[in-house]
Amino acid sequence: MAARSGRDDSTETSQQGPIIAPGHSFETVTDRIAGIVLRRHAPVGWWVGFLIGFALLQLMLVSIGWLLIKGTGIWGVNNPVGWGFAIINFVWWIGIGHAGTLISAILLLLRQKWRTSINRFAEAMTLFAVACAGIFPLLHVGRPWLGYWLFPYPNTMGMWPNFRSPLIWDVFAVSTYATVSLLFWFIGLIPDFATLRDRSRNRAGQMIYGMLAMGWRGSARHWHRYETAYLLLAGLSTPLVVSVHTIVSFDFATSLVPGWHATIFPPYFVAGAIFAGFAMVLVLAIPLRKFYDLEDFVTLRHLDNMARVMLATGLFVCYGYMTEAFMAFYGANPYEGYMMLNRFVGPYAPLYWALIFCNAVSIQALWFERVRATPAALFVIAIIVSIGMWLERFVIVVTSLHRDYLPSSWGMYAPTVWDWGLFIGTMGLFMSLLFLFIRFMPMISIFEMRTLLPEADVEEHED
Amino acid sequence: MSEHKGKDPSYDLQVLRERVAGTTGREYWRSLEQLADSEEFQRFLKAEFPAPLAVLDTPVSRRGFLRVMGASLALAGLGGCTRQPTEKIVPYVKQPELVVPGEPLYFASAFVLGGYATGVLVESHLGRPTKIEGNLEHPSSRGATDSLAQASLLDLYDPDRSQVVSLAGEIRPWSAFVDAMTAETKELVRTGGKGLRILTETVTSPTLAAQLRELQVRYPKARWYQYEPINEDSARRAAVIAFGENVDTRYALENADVIVTLDADFLGHGPARVRLAREFADRRRVVANDAARADMNRLYAIEPTLSMTGAKADHRLRLAAGDVEAFARHLAVRLGLPGGMDSHEASYRDWLGALVRDLKAHRGRSAVIPGAFQPPAVHVLAHAVNRALGNVGSTVFYSEPVVAEPVVQMESLSRLVAEINAEQVSTLLILGGNPRQSAPADLAFATVLAKVKTTVHLAADFDETSQACTWHVAQAHTLESWSDARSEDGTVTIIQPLVEPLYDGKTAHEVLALLLESGPMSSYDIVRAYWRSRNEQQDFEVFWRKSVHDGVVAGTAARAREVALNDDWQSRIAPLSTYAAGERSVEVDIRPDAHIYDGRFANNAWLQELPKPVTLLTWDNAVCLSPVLAAELGAENGRVVELTAGGKTVRGPAWILPGQAERTVTVTLGYGRWKVGRVGKKVGFNAYPLRTERSPWRAIGEIRVVDETHELATTQSHGSMEGRHLVREGSLERFRKKPDFVRDFEHIPTEGTSMFPEHPYEGYAWGMVIDLAACIGCNACTIACQAENNIAVVGKEQVLNGREMHWIRVDRYFEGSLDDPSVLHQPVPCMHCENAPCEVVCPVNATVHDDEGLNAMVYNRCVGTRYCANNCPYKVRRYNFLLYSDWETEQLKLGRNPDVTVRSRGVMEKCTYCTQRINQARIESKREERSIRDGEIETACQQACPAEAISFGDLNDAASRVSRARNDPRNYSLLGELGTKPRTTYLAALRNPNPEITPEADDHGGRGGHGEHSHDASHGVEHSHDASHGVKTDHG
Repeated sequence: MAARSGRDDSTETSQQGPIIAPGHSFETVTDRIAGIVLRRHAPVGWWVGFLIGFALLQLMLVSIGWLLIKGTGIWGVNNPVGWGFAIINFVWWIGIGHAGTLISAILLLLRQKWRTSINRFAEAMTLFAVACAGIFPLLHVGRPWLGYWLFPYPNTMGMWPNFRSPLIWDVFAVSTYATVSLLFWFIGLIPDFATLRDRSRNRAGQMIYGMLAMGWRGSARHWHRYETAYLLLAGLSTPLVVSVHTIVSFDFATSLVPGWHATIFPPYFVAGAIFAGFAMVLVLAIPLRKFYDLEDFVTLRHLDNMARVMLATGLFVCYGYMTEAFMAFYGANPYEGYMMLNRFVGPYAPLYWALIFCNAVSIQALWFERVRATPAALFVIAIIVSIGMWLERFVIVVTSLHRDYLPSSWGMYAPTVWDWGLFIGTMGLFMSLLFLFIRFMPMISIFEMRTLLPEADVEEHED
Repeated sequence: MSEHKGKDPSYDLQVLRERVAGTTGREYWRSLEQLADSEEFQRFLKAEFPAPLAVLDTPVSRRGFLRVMGASLALAGLGGCTRQPTEKIVPYVKQPELVVPGEPLYFASAFVLGGYATGVLVESHLGRPTKIEGNLEHPSSRGATDSLAQASLLDLYDPDRSQVVSLAGEIRPWSAFVDAMTAETKELVRTGGKGLRILTETVTSPTLAAQLRELQVRYPKARWYQYEPINEDSARRAAVIAFGENVDTRYALENADVIVTLDADFLGHGPARVRLAREFADRRRVVANDAARADMNRLYAIEPTLSMTGAKADHRLRLAAGDVEAFARHLAVRLGLPGGMDSHEASYRDWLGALVRDLKAHRGRSAVIPGAFQPPAVHVLAHAVNRALGNVGSTVFYSEPVVAEPVVQMESLSRLVAEINAEQVSTLLILGGNPRQSAPADLAFATVLAKVKTTVHLAADFDETSQACTWHVAQAHTLESWSDARSEDGTVTIIQPLVEPLYDGKTAHEVLALLLESGPMSSYDIVRAYWRSRNEQQDFEVFWRKSVHDGVVAGTAARAREVALNDDWQSRIAPLSTYAAGERSVEVDIRPDAHIYDGRFANNAWLQELPKPVTLLTWDNAVCLSPVLAAELGAENGRVVELTAGGKTVRGPAWILPGQAERTVTVTLGYGRWKVGRVGKKVGFNAYPLRTERSPWRAIGEIRVVDETHELATTQSHGSMEGRHLVREGSLERFRKKPDFVRDFEHIPTEGTSMFPEHPYEGYAWGMVIDLAACIGCNACTIACQAENNIAVVGKEQVLNGREMHWIRVDRYFEGSLDDPSVLHQPVPCMHCENAPCEVVCPVNATVHDDEGLNAMVYNRCVGTRYCANNCPYKVRRYNFLLYSDWETEQLKLGRNPDVTVRSRGVMEKCTYCTQRINQARIESKREERSIRDGEIETACQQACPAEAISFGDLNDAASRVSRARNDPRNYSLLGELGTKPRTTYLAALRNPNPEITPEADDHGGRGGHGEHSHDASHGVEHSHDASHGVKTDHG
């Protein structure tokens, strides 16, 4: 997909429109973006959004508190469905967290200029999504206070974790991903923190942004080192885009549960993650550019490109669905065959077909340029895809487990109010973090935007 | 130390130290004891701890005196809290030298149900009974038990059990009751017992019977009545009709080639069920190439509702209970007896014909068993048929009655009611039972009770009857009382207590002793006195010790009786009553509950949560109806239906039970208790109101659906095997042609498919084989495991959510048509796979393999990811979603097995192959420097199994029972195709259909999925079964 959009982007002024609206100078770019952060009062809309998120965050805390008091039994998980919302939500959030790295790292390496205006909040989104995701695997265990046993640390028991278990791989994959994403994001922010430090008119702002800027003076040496570090990190994170979700998919693929035990899982999960990630970027970008008058920076061209990525990865995912179904029957394994049939017509069939609608049918609209050029339509499709990807994880986790080998043990799974509480609560965490980010950090990379201006042409050759 | 005080060197501790320094070992301790009493020691003590003694030495002041007295009185009070044992608990079964902590002792005793004893051995850890096991030497146990006997242990520790004596609901001391009885006795002695009535349950206890007889001597006007809701009235009436005298009928199935049950659930009900299950199962285990074990019995079941027996039957005929008599008459006629029926119009004509030919071909080797819930006529017909077939003396035996006083209990109770209504009763002693709840509705026992001046209720629970009685006396549990009881064959067991009564429980003996006034007053003395009087000629102590120790009193089996069938039996049975089945009327069959029985186990959480055989329902009873009737009514599972019969109405949730006769519904008794402990309260519905004196087991009524639902918790919602070869079953014919027919169903991965080298198991390699041909699906294994392994009870809500904790469950699958399916049972414990899928996925190594092949679960290490449970294809792992174990209730702590960890919240658990028992045997064997013998380790499930379906042992020992079972051609691995290499394997089920009824269509007619053709077709390739045959099922 990258190659495809790469060709489109090779010329600055393709028929898709510019990646930054004409008429901007260094000054206006900086003013527009830094102004959102440095203005004295946040707009009412921000407060509304933040407080909703913050209220939901309290719901999360209550859900966690009750969980710790009572135990995992407050959720709907049971025998045979040992994993429920916690794992579904974990995979969903981790998937969302994929777009950030992809945009910042892979598109950077592929010199996709259009990534500039969306990479910052995509990265932020990644981090917050990973933070939300990280809550689940810890809380879903029966004794979360012993969660540190999953780390290989020297201990008096002389015990190591079981390195054969994909859950251990998960621990490494997710924590590495979170660390690298955080570093990448932070390094990218340093020049902008310096800008904010310089422009801030109050003491606190100057102090805090000053510290965060880590003494950035914008000297040529700084820029040189910065560029090198950023590129290195981009190189480092690129395999992570593939590895994290590959390993998450191993949680399922290495088991022997029909519906999980499939070799297609790693690529299918990675594609799904990028798909979900881009959908979420669109869900966030479309209202933000509207609300903060950033249409000049996040142009229709961006939306169009993201829609194309979504379409491409969405088609990958559809291919995954088809392969899954085909192999289930072609493999002549009666358990696999039953599993697939059960997805098609079993008790959870409505969810399966809803997922097919969301992830396979709805994205077909993206073939049409007019749809891709209509933010409202894109927004709706992105929401549908986000729901669809959640449903996909639900279908994978629940429908595979609830009817596996021995019919005597078949059962049903239904989430409880606490499952929902924690899920919606993590959305609160995500929203709270996102609104704080919007308020206190430049949501678009100021200095990188400036490089897109015609005035910056000189620098571009140095890149 | 004493040095600084040292006025006299002999006070010196050093001196005392030296005194003991010269001694070693046991001597040392003895010395110290002596030391404590020695003069030097006393002096030393005084010097070392002068304070309390000094008080006594000083001149007594008023203040000082009061202080000392106060303190000692307080101490005396504390001392009074410790109950001083007054009776000896003497003999041991495994004679130990000493009571060693950690080493359990076993005592013989009995579990008594419906008056009849099943011999048990009770495991005791430091004086706390922790497990009930069968008594090998007892004829009706033979080492096994049923689920009720296993679970009765929990009743002992039930915190809701009645703990006190009460008068009109107010707590009174025992002495107050004694005083009241003494006062009562004075009056009674004067009047010769006028107005004194005693109501007991079925009494087989020789001691109690002797007491009751003595009582009748002392109070000639007193009367003794017996009533139990689940009784043998039909058999009693029938014996009198058929033989003119009271005899007991016993069946011996080891000789029976053909068994016909006339609505008789001999595997699931009745005092002989454990023994009959063994005898029945022994004849189901066919061994290839063994002429002695080549034959198999054939079971025909005629019944309205799918029972355990019906589930096991080779041929099952669904008939409404009311039509069974007609069937029996047809059968009699076909055998040339006067049955009073023409046999041509019945719908089962051909079936009956085949059955009759089969019976005739097995004269003297068949048995026709009538059901306890069938009218006397069916029993009489069965007697006649058995006689005609020459079965008497071979499979059917008659003996003098085992019960002390054979009566028709329904008549007995109604006579009592009549006397009360005639105001002839002033004092009523109810010794056990809950007649207020269980008496037939038309006797209105609740209102009747109020007419008696003084009523005394001895009961384990303060129940509905206690509520209506003047006095309530807490009854001691069997495990805490001395008594005796007879088993169904008459053998007496002396019941010995394992523990002092936890509460103030009394026995019936003690209550009756109050009325007798003379003689011993404690149960121990009463029982001993009785047996002493019976054994004057021999050395009583020898007799007593041996009897108590063995759990059987030698030579007490009921004497066989030669009986002659009355010639006019046919004219003496009531003519066949025909009932006009109205458009909307149904037959309501009323049955004891498989686990709650008559309601006495309503507060037993183990039994409430134990899935009932066949329906697999927990925590509820239900109105079982046939799929046809359900469709007609539009009732689905859980929809409340209303049954109206004889003016009484009962509402309960519907449960669609395949195999139910079409226009019948079945309800079970014992539920809907309202005065009961926490566990049983508001559980289920009360079916007793449907019972009448004349027809206690069957009512004709109307059914309608109510717009209400009640959620029912079953442990298995899916009854079909979905064409998977999980329970493999073949006909005897097929087995004979191809003993390893189980291979037709599978493709086990061949050797060498793994990249990893095989792990060699040297030393022991534990394994288990479960014989599905023997398994009767009774659940005794499940409850035995629960008791042995401290498995928590989770409650209905959690069962509904699929969170029950049983380590071994009995899966039940239906095959064939919905209306008339055949049933397959499969107990599923942990498979202890050699390639265990659970082990690789655990991130913290909490489940690992040991070098003997056990898949071990390390609770301490478990963090609860539940990944293992997801990856377990057998779904045997159980997770503590919440804090299920009761860590608070003191009584329950006493009953736990100290060898097994009580699990906390958030950890996984599962079957361990009773690793604690393995280790116990290992320690023993190491001490004796030998290897563990085959059969030395018995897992709890294996031990309890009445059908001996489970074998366990060392697979590396080629001679072990389990190795032999594994080499049986019927042996197969469940889901072996996954390459898990399970250590638990199964022997395929067998059925022995009558070829006249089920022609052997092809070689592949076995169940467990499709026949061979479709099987191969589904795979598209012709496989050579021989290639995979026998590979990898064994090691070592």
